[in-house]
Amino acid sequence: MRPKRKQKLYMVLGLVSLAAIAVGLTLYALRSNINLFFSPIQIVAGDAPYERQIRAGGMVKEGSVARNPDSLDVEFTVTDYVEDVRVHYSGILPDLFREGQGVVVVGQLQHDGYIKADQVLARHDENYMPPEVSEALEAAGYSPADYQAKAAEVAERVEEREGASQN
Amino acid sequence: MWAFINKLRSPKWFYAISARLQPWFWAAALILIVTGSVWGLAFAPADYQQGNSFRIIYVHVPAAFLAQSIFVSLAVTGLVYMVWKIKIADMAATVMAPLGAAMTFVALFSGAVWGVPTWGTWWMWDARLTSMLILLFLYLGVIALRGAFASRDSASRAASVLAMVGVINIPIIKYSVDWWYTLHQPATFTVTGRAAMPMEMWLPLLIMVLGFYSFFIALTLMRTRSEILRREASKRWVRELAEETT
Repeated sequence: MRPKRKQKLYMVLGLVSLAAIAVGLTLYALRSNINLFFSPIQIVAGDAPYERQIRAGGMVKEGSVARNPDSLDVEFTVTDYVEDVRVHYSGILPDLFREGQGVVVVGQLQHDGYIKADQVLARHDENYMPPEVSEALEAAGYSPADYQAKAAEVAERVEEREGASQN
Repeated sequence: MWAFINKLRSPKWFYAISARLQPWFWAAALILIVTGSVWGLAFAPADYQQGNSFRIIYVHVPAAFLAQSIFVSLAVTGLVYMVWKIKIADMAATVMAPLGAAMTFVALFSGAVWGVPTWGTWWMWDARLTSMLILLFLYLGVIALRGAFASRDSASRAASVLAMVGVINIPIIKYSVDWWYTLHQPATFTVTGRAAMPMEMWLPLLIMVLGFYSFFIALTLMRTRSEILRREASKRWVRELAEETT
């Protein structure tokens, strides 16, 4: 490579790495603001402000959904399996909303410790499968979310168990 | 290797070789996209949670792949042009940028349409969606810079620098779903792990992705050829070519 070209290459690489460092430091400094939502752990620890618009995310706790039969009012618990936060909401829930489903709740944290939600958004995980497969999985006692992402792990465990029973 | 690269720098040689390659990529694009769409939209099974709305994946994911790959291509051609002054790289960059911007828009739009039935909102300022929007602005910036200079060389250099600096955004898009809490779910496909999707769902998706890439290559070859003619219009081989065909 000719010296002039080499110099240019270093200049360009230097410029790009400086820009990368700048962006990296900015993102690092803003890391808590880039997170879309507070987890229940953060809310219980007091990281989230009261009576201001915040977002909270987690799973809808199994068996926690209580609907008012006369209105659209609904109460449920959002959990990260460590801490729980109760949510009050009045409105139409997205189609994917169900117990065990990931949600993002937009609302105000009240001093009583519950969230008054203005909007409930459903998250979904990265697993896709036909309905027959999910039914078969559930019948076998696995959650559909375990499918394939954890399939290898489950297979290993089953093998180990079989190996142990043989010995 | 070097002989090949040296040949590739010559617009005349590129013009000849791309004429031979182009029909194959067009044919591949047509066959793959038609097969993938019919398979994905009509024959692949519906998702257990999302039902049929999950089929948007067959457009959304290929478009998003292409949007990011084209930006990386812009950065690489920009580097090649800046350091080695290879004109053909700059011509390719000129014609790739609008397709990349279009694909970014398709990914954002199809994502918004998909978000309404699944998430309950069409837009959320989460890290994945925002960094993808920034990618669209970077594309528009690259395209605008090319038009903003009187001298083509300054315009090409400015666009190359923006593409090379902007490529920092690509790993941010890719890893945004792992680094931060986002509404967008993590990647279904990873290089190392298994796909979180059965084969009858991912096979049509793979076909669509390959089809989109073939389309990108075919369109880039075609448009680079016209860019060569435009820029080399005063060269003797182009004039001879024009006389032959008229």
